[in-house]
Amino acid sequence: MTAIAVSPPVTGKSWLVRIAELRAWLFLAFLIVFFEIWVRLGSGAEFIFRPYNLQAIAVFAAVPLILGLGQTFVIISAGIDLSLGFVMGLSSVISAQAANIGAETLGLSLPLAMLFGIFVGAAVTIIPGLVNGWLIAYLKVPPFIGTLGMYGVSRGAAYLFAGGMTVGISNRWFSAIGNDRFYGVPYLVILTAIACLILHYVLSQTRFGQHTYAMGASQAAARRAGIDVKRLTIKIYLLSAIMGGFAGALYTGRFSAGAPQAGEALLLDSIAAVVIGGASLFGGSGTIWGTVAGAFVIAVIQYGLVLVDVEPFWQFIAVGLVIIVSVLVDQAQRRYVGGRTVE
Amino acid sequence: MSDAAPILSVRDVTKWFGGVQALNKVSLDVYPGEVVALAGDNGAGKSTVIKTVSGVFGRDGGDILLDGRSVSFSTPQEARDAGIETIYQDLSLADNLSIGANIFLGREPMRKIFGFLPALDRKKMADVARETMARLDFHVERLDAPVAAFSGGQRQAVAIGRAIYWNARIVIMDEPTAALGVPEQRKVMSLIQSLKAEGKGVIFISHNLRDIFEVADRIVVFRRGENAGERKPSETSGDEIVRLMVGK
Repeated sequence: MTAIAVSPPVTGKSWLVRIAELRAWLFLAFLIVFFEIWVRLGSGAEFIFRPYNLQAIAVFAAVPLILGLGQTFVIISAGIDLSLGFVMGLSSVISAQAANIGAETLGLSLPLAMLFGIFVGAAVTIIPGLVNGWLIAYLKVPPFIGTLGMYGVSRGAAYLFAGGMTVGISNRWFSAIGNDRFYGVPYLVILTAIACLILHYVLSQTRFGQHTYAMGASQAAARRAGIDVKRLTIKIYLLSAIMGGFAGALYTGRFSAGAPQAGEALLLDSIAAVVIGGASLFGGSGTIWGTVAGAFVIAVIQYGLVLVDVEPFWQFIAVGLVIIVSVLVDQAQRRYVGGRTVE
Repeated sequence: MSDAAPILSVRDVTKWFGGVQALNKVSLDVYPGEVVALAGDNGAGKSTVIKTVSGVFGRDGGDILLDGRSVSFSTPQEARDAGIETIYQDLSLADNLSIGANIFLGREPMRKIFGFLPALDRKKMADVARETMARLDFHVERLDAPVAAFSGGQRQAVAIGRAIYWNARIVIMDEPTAALGVPEQRKVMSLIQSLKAEGKGVIFISHNLRDIFEVADRIVVFRRGENAGERKPSETSGDEIVRLMVGK
């Protein structure tokens, strides 16, 4: 019997690959050094070493990062969730209204009314999440189109519920969630960090996470291995929507108001964070820590440019260029370490 | 080897698709440690036979016996649970996952971290991957590498490794060499020999008569959904097989 070639040609993780996997963090480090120098040369002040700046960047990154966490699962599964921004808006509006109703009509105490608001806001997102998953899994609608449809539906619903305006809240507990600190660390940042830890665990340590990767690489392979791909798809879009709901409630807390357009600009930031973090839009790759780095890259660029007094519109250009470059780097890396040249 | 009982026995199976009869009283036996090659022109019914065995299609008549007991699978998963593993042409591997993760895909082993939190048991997956691949004479160094990093023949070994780890009795291989270069085809031939040595029954579909003659113990020829003949490679020739296939 002839032996199968003993050592595979190009094996998994050479040091080059490991560096490539860390590239979002390396890029983040580079950006921080870059702005540190720029800020010091410009105004003589410190950038990242000033706790105020560090905190502001973390708060800046928090809400788009929460959207990005759910989006990471969706993108790894070779899908995309375009409805996420307005699902967040819908939840923001509903959570504000529910908190108000809880305190005024149901007579709940303020902290209970806040919890009621967050719960109802997140619960409402189950509807668009299920519809997205059902359209994609059972009716074979492409994710781009299915979630684009729910983008419109959630947007309309959010504005209708809000009566075309923002919904103010006068619940200091709810506002505290978005603005106060615990031993100097904003609650917003603490809650985001907890969400990152939980979802990192789910993605890297559970069957659900493992099956999400498998499905992103090959739906047929996952199905033939006995994985219920339809159920899995629904769970993934449900997770994404609920993270949108959580983000919407936090937005309401931060601005003491529910706004239908809360997540409008953040949808693309969430996708950008995932892509900068090293995920492929073709599915099958990506990590929570990558998305964390991606969200911070965007936040550092946005906040840094403000600090050095560059016109804010440059932020869009800078983030746009970073997205393009990270996709190019990703493709180059795949060509270089992919091993197989066919396909 | 006909002194043992067949693992799998397909008896007079008939299958209709609407008004078209795809199979007409087709029969096929597979014994332990035997490689049965299915030959036939396109549309002769090879794939349909395979799919009635592997639970993709139901049957309209006849019987399928596994270890002498009549079986009827309504999904491929049921067939797999009963020990019939199908290796598809595209191998059905998740390219981004390791060998171990592919072997365990859909039935991952779990352990507890901090005593309560369930987590994937990657060490067990890696250990099983190393042992299983060694059974196929394929010694892997990097067990964390995604299977995309391996060659076509090595990937075939992973798919076969998955089948033997889960104690498949019957391994069905649909055109396993079609997408491979010549050296890789040789490796697949040797993998089939390993399956044979493990006592599995192998059903092998190929268009390549040379492969069939090299590895098969028996050649079953189909024509237009019917059995057209059955030969041992040592007692026949390529010309005769082709004549059986085309019916002249």
